[in-house]
Amino acid sequence: MCSLALFPPPLPSGHTTLCESNNELLSGASSEDHRLIQVSQNKLGINTAFLDHSETLWMRSAAAWRDGGFTGLLNEITNSHTEDIFQILKIWCTLALLQWVSSFHGSLFPHLTLSSEDMIAEFSQVLNWPDCVVRAFAWHPHTDKFAVALLDDSIKIYNPKSATTPTLKHRLQRSVAAVQWKPLCASALAVACQNCLLVWHVDPCSLSTRPSSGCAQVLSHPGHSPVTSIAWSPSGSLLVSASPMDTAMMVWDVAAENCVPLQRVGGGGVTFLSWSPDGSHVLASTPSLLFRVWETRMWTCERWPCVKGRCQSGCWSPDGSRLLFTVQGETVIYALTFTDAPGKVYTAAAVVADLSETTFNTQDGDITVGGEIQSLAWDPKGERLAVLLKGLVQSDRPPVIAVFKTRTSPIFELLPCGFVQGEPGAEPRLMQFHPNFQHGALLTVCWSTGRITHVPFYFLSAGVPHFGLNGSPSLPRPQERPSDFANQSLFTEMIS
Amino acid sequence: MFSAQQSCWFVRKVICWRAAASIAWAVLLLPPTTAAFIILSRFSILHPFQWISECLSLLTSASAIFSFILLGGVIIIVGFLNLEYYTVIPNIACSKIALLGQLLHPRQFLSSLVHCIMGIIVAWCCAVTIGGRYETLGYPCVESDGSPEMCLNEYHLVLLLAGAFVGFSHSLLGVIHNMNYVSFHTVQRYKYLRFKGSLPLVVKCSATQALYSVRNYIVIYFFLGYIPKTWMCKTLNLHLNSSLHSLDTIAGLLDLCLIYHLWISATFLLFTWYITLVLFRIFVTEVYSFPVQSSFTEDSHQCLPKVITEKQPMILKFLALQDLALLSQHAPLRRSEVFSLSQPGGHPHNWNAISKECLSLLSDLTQRLIVYHDTVATNGRAKPLSTGSERKTSSDTSGDDPFTPKSTPLMKTPASVFTRSVVGGPQSPLTAPFTPDLDSPFASPALRRLTAPVGQCSPWHDTVQSPHIMRRGPKLWSTSTDSHVNGSPQLSPASVPSPKQEVSKPSLLAQFLQNRKEQVKNFLAKRVLIMYLFNKLPEASSQALFADSQAHIWALEGLSYLVQASFSEDRFGVVQTTLPSILSSMLVLQEAVDRHFKLPHASSKPVRSSGTMGDCHYKTLRFALRATLKTAIYRITTTFGDHLSTVQMSAEHRKRLQQFLEYKE
Repeated sequence: MCSLALFPPPLPSGHTTLCESNNELLSGASSEDHRLIQVSQNKLGINTAFLDHSETLWMRSAAAWRDGGFTGLLNEITNSHTEDIFQILKIWCTLALLQWVSSFHGSLFPHLTLSSEDMIAEFSQVLNWPDCVVRAFAWHPHTDKFAVALLDDSIKIYNPKSATTPTLKHRLQRSVAAVQWKPLCASALAVACQNCLLVWHVDPCSLSTRPSSGCAQVLSHPGHSPVTSIAWSPSGSLLVSASPMDTAMMVWDVAAENCVPLQRVGGGGVTFLSWSPDGSHVLASTPSLLFRVWETRMWTCERWPCVKGRCQSGCWSPDGSRLLFTVQGETVIYALTFTDAPGKVYTAAAVVADLSETTFNTQDGDITVGGEIQSLAWDPKGERLAVLLKGLVQSDRPPVIAVFKTRTSPIFELLPCGFVQGEPGAEPRLMQFHPNFQHGALLTVCWSTGRITHVPFYFLSAGVPHFGLNGSPSLPRPQERPSDFANQSLFTEMIS
Repeated sequence: MFSAQQSCWFVRKVICWRAAASIAWAVLLLPPTTAAFIILSRFSILHPFQWISECLSLLTSASAIFSFILLGGVIIIVGFLNLEYYTVIPNIACSKIALLGQLLHPRQFLSSLVHCIMGIIVAWCCAVTIGGRYETLGYPCVESDGSPEMCLNEYHLVLLLAGAFVGFSHSLLGVIHNMNYVSFHTVQRYKYLRFKGSLPLVVKCSATQALYSVRNYIVIYFFLGYIPKTWMCKTLNLHLNSSLHSLDTIAGLLDLCLIYHLWISATFLLFTWYITLVLFRIFVTEVYSFPVQSSFTEDSHQCLPKVITEKQPMILKFLALQDLALLSQHAPLRRSEVFSLSQPGGHPHNWNAISKECLSLLSDLTQRLIVYHDTVATNGRAKPLSTGSERKTSSDTSGDDPFTPKSTPLMKTPASVFTRSVVGGPQSPLTAPFTPDLDSPFASPALRRLTAPVGQCSPWHDTVQSPHIMRRGPKLWSTSTDSHVNGSPQLSPASVPSPKQEVSKPSLLAQFLQNRKEQVKNFLAKRVLIMYLFNKLPEASSQALFADSQAHIWALEGLSYLVQASFSEDRFGVVQTTLPSILSSMLVLQEAVDRHFKLPHASSKPVRSSGTMGDCHYKTLRFALRATLKTAIYRITTTFGDHLSTVQMSAEHRKRLQQFLEYKE
């Protein structure tokens, strides 16, 4: 088992992690040339340009019904200051009755009492989602382009080969919890929103900077909101979506816009989804002490009860045989192994890493690192594992990214690599590995300051090139020194 | 009714058993359904104990058992009708008149009649189980003059007629909503879970449909109720009790208890029938695993490469293609059998047969799209005729030599497929000016014959045209599986008569006739009713064009997954010989599909399917095909990457492929 005590100490303040080369993490004092994207902190939006306008109760009720459903309607009416006391009384009674019923239900599943924004914040993979400038991030699985969802509910698509940066806005695109590009497709981007799923079709050759909302397919199902997690199948044919309010997980045939709800009793909802890279399994965690692993051939599932808390995050090894996951309230990483061989049934997950608090003695004094885990990311070659640690505000323990070296064969092994740190005051919020970085692994980190940086890990892959069904054959990598790449970072030239 | 398809081993051994199993399950589900019906129909909140005890005693009574037997018989007949009328390719009516034709077809009429009778039987069972005032048709009453007589129990009659009406409307709606269409799902699940998942929808649909049917029935009974009433009185020599007010009045029909009983009976009827239908669909579309190769020669006709080329029955072809798509994704062992060589001789027979069939499916769809696009694009304008330019058909491809990769006709035209049709299109100068639209009823006969595989839309036209076309008429009219012959993807363009015979010198007489025809056409076009009946329904022609596209989707998936797997698994390189033709036929189809979606009337987004029992899967098939096609090409390009530069193909296709390699499509 690997623990944080084996890690090299964190960098002194003012230093920033630049890259890994020759088996060690290099750092620099300042980062002016590595700043890639600076996203404006202002909450952009056109709402501020309009004056407040009062509509009649009926109009507002209709709008609330459309946007928020029945509970939205009731809330709108109770919040309205109308003179009709009788009407208010009736609605108050209905609401009281409903609240009584839902409080009973809510005592079973406490998350159901949260508002949808709070729910997304609670179950999102992003640390501190409500005030995070970059709310979601997604690399395209095949090319060097990525989508960034911002605080003002717009999505920007950056592509180094194109001069235009399309901005996607839609009436229904609110509280974006996750974005993901469709595999084996150049244009389709799925967006998990508050009330629905949107699938944008952004023509890569188009010069338009504001694709019309006609380019987006709206996928919605009654009771399936807010959507907190989505996952495309690696073959690009299906999309699964999850909502903590809905016990069913939706499997969408996006082209036909129809869905199959996969309902199971227990759990009270589905919060996080992760499709294994070989397409054979899907991890679905629930808000209660339970997660499921679906097998995608006939869509049956295994139940995995947890002891302490709900499953917070998980990631799959590239061949889909091993699942790493973390549990809320615990500071360890568990591993589960899936094999095709019958008769070999695992009844418990193994602890592979311990990330409990560790104090390092540095020249700046003692620095404490460790604690609960927010999210996990495994690079597509299966050689680096990044772990985003939550930190604690009151005990002055900032969030930090710990990176492990991993090996899957002949035995599964975790080795310490180091901490990835940003500028002083910048906290990591969100991270993702580039899906096909040729020279090792490339970790993209979104910081609380609104910056997005790329941290390359240069190494030679130990395993043979993986010619799986779903992996594109990787080209033979010539042995190149990292200094060759130090000055050609990915997006420096186009984005100021 | 038992056509040639019944003789097929697959129908005998698999489909019939599956249908029998589904009927057996439907019959087994009858007791709980009936118990629920009894409990709901005798519902009384004031006397709960009496209510429960009455229900229990009724369930064990002799009449209940007799009702069970009757209802079981009804379910068996409904299941048999499902088996007889199901289709995997929907019959899409492109105009109101075509729909009317489908509704009035004798076969359909027979089905409606049977449904009517069974509706009456179910309603009688309902009347007996509800009991009380509904129980018998006649009851003794005392006339005004004091003599005892038998009177007509109108409540019983109303319930029986409601059953007949709901049965009839069920069969009509079945035609309108294509309820006999059986669709295949992309998400495979076990039968029990699928059934459990569809149960809420069945309950919802039967309840709402029953509500609408009862509403319509009440309106009809209010106006026409006296006809069956007097008729029954006359034939059975019953009397009308004048002391009770009659039910075909507003006061009589506004009896809430009566409406509730009518509704719950109609819901029960529809629920049992829908359950039978859902079970049939679930059982029949279950994945069937065909062996790729067999060690015994007598079983060779059941192997996948053989089965996949069969034209009839359609369900066999569909299940074979589904199995191909699944094995290419999930089964490495069976894939290796596809790539294997025959033991004496070393020929890749399996791969050749499979790839040839898939490619012919794709090229067939491409041809269909091109023909459709041409007719729509010309839009009534004459084209310059270039003499001697005959349409190329795919009949000249020789698929005998296993070593020759199948060269599709499209391979021979490296330039765009659409340029050819502009040079010498299929239209003759005679017909071209009068072809406003393919599915317009005013399309000329020559064109309709040319586009026979496409246009099964307007049967009216075929019936009034020359006897040559009349021969095809009955198929167009039928709602049955016979129509597979017509919409079959197997129908190669070679079977389309050459337009050469039409290209004669336009004589004076012909011109005169054409002028007359146009005058008649103009005259008719001004009549509103005629235009209403004959106008194309929006989207319907596009849906009809892609009606069997599920087969193409599986062919694309199967081919692309096999090609992807061949990168690492194909030891003998059998796939490489076919790779150029696979790529080019996919690219040509991609171009044709793109063109089709750019047509002005083709909507770019699928319509949201409402929650009806009719399967709306066929409405979105073309979007699914478009997405699958793109994914399939990307699957090949991402797997092979730069190696594709060594594959031989035309410059046009290479350019197109480069777009895919750069992820710019």
